[in-house]
Amino acid sequence: MSNDNQTPEGMTIVVKKICQFMAPTIFLFGIYITVHGHLTPGGGFTGGVIMASAFILQILSYGSFLDKLQQEKWHLELTESLALLCFLMLAVLGLLLATTSVFFGNFLHRGSFGELISGGIIPIGNIFVGIEVCAAISSIFVALLIFKDKEA
Amino acid sequence: MILFFLCFILFMVGLYGIIMQRNLIKIIIGLAIMEYSVLFFLILIGYIDSATAPIISESFEEALFVDPLPQAMVLTAIVIGLATKALMLSVAIRLYKEYGTFDIRKMNTLKG
Amino acid sequence: MEIYLIIMIILMILGSIYSLHAKDLLSAVVAYGIVGFGLVISFLLLYAPDLAIVQVVVEIITLVIMIAVIVNTTHKDEKKIFTTKSSLVNLVVLLIFVGVFFLMFAHIIGVLSYFGQHTMRMAGVYIDSAYEAGSANIVTGILFHFRAYDTLGEATVLFTAVIGVLTVLRQYGKKN
Repeated sequence: MSNDNQTPEGMTIVVKKICQFMAPTIFLFGIYITVHGHLTPGGGFTGGVIMASAFILQILSYGSFLDKLQQEKWHLELTESLALLCFLMLAVLGLLLATTSVFFGNFLHRGSFGELISGGIIPIGNIFVGIEVCAAISSIFVALLIFKDKEA
Repeated sequence: MILFFLCFILFMVGLYGIIMQRNLIKIIIGLAIMEYSVLFFLILIGYIDSATAPIISESFEEALFVDPLPQAMVLTAIVIGLATKALMLSVAIRLYKEYGTFDIRKMNTLKG
Repeated sequence: MEIYLIIMIILMILGSIYSLHAKDLLSAVVAYGIVGFGLVISFLLLYAPDLAIVQVVVEIITLVIMIAVIVNTTHKDEKKIFTTKSSLVNLVVLLIFVGVFFLMFAHIIGVLSYFGQHTMRMAGVYIDSAYEAGSANIVTGILFHFRAYDTLGEATVLFTAVIGVLTVLRQYGKKN
């Protein structure tokens, strides 16, 4: 579909400019939802899906080269696997360090209730799950795009 | 009770789609409708009259909350539902590439 | 309160029936969006803001993926129900399933409490010990403290589904 010596096929300049402003804002909102998951509605799953929607908006409006997409897919798979591994490591650390010595034991200091930095490992787990969900949904979309481009 | 029964009707509409339709996309839509009806039913069970959303804040410390356990289970099920729907759609476009149609009656050769 | 939910679910049933009978696959997918967005409004009415936020974004991404698949393949749905003999078999199977499910539903509905009069057994403990978990949002507290092992399993299921998509859609590794 896209040749290597041409610019990738995207939408018009108006759509591109709007997306240039909107996609970082949506991504920032996803980070906000993820980090404040233990205080307000939201959490890792919600924030991850919102961050993935920012990626999808960017790819849809700008278009992309096939080589770039394959590189992107490789990075996304690596990110997803590493985030899941970090979440598992968090659980194992709870087994080693927590006083009660249970899987997913909360080994950090709880802090004062209702503040941003509180809750021990809950915000950290939120962040890892958010990264994992974001990379998972984005890599599904990128894989579908690569399949379509190779057909044409 | 009528709400539970209407949820059951929605589930039956999805089942009708899976059994009676011949198009792969319609079958996927029917499965998604069944999934949504089950999620809706779980949240309906957890609702309590004159309760609020399960978030502790300073003015609602002694308030009555709706059941947070089905909400936590359904939250992960929604995200996984998206991934499984994408898996079904990717199998569908693979089959379309092989046979040139979404009609399951024409997919009757055992090759590739 | 209850009447709004009844209106929403009737709208969802009508949308799903139209979606399963539309001639064009694109209009079928758009009508399927009625079900998902109706579910968003129902979640808001049932005091589940977490679910409403995640469902609205997931529904948009699902519609984008479905429309992308349909635009790249075909729009038409050339089929007639009730033409062949196998349709009759399917109808009998459907009626048997509906009968079995209806019997189970009629049996189970007596056990459930009425709408809005639910009594919490297990979740009451979670709400009482929310301060111990350190999470003001009790749903997140359940996900990452009381039932964190469950969340690890769900994340693994998501990972497995993504690996399945990448495996089905790959175009190398098979020698012709």
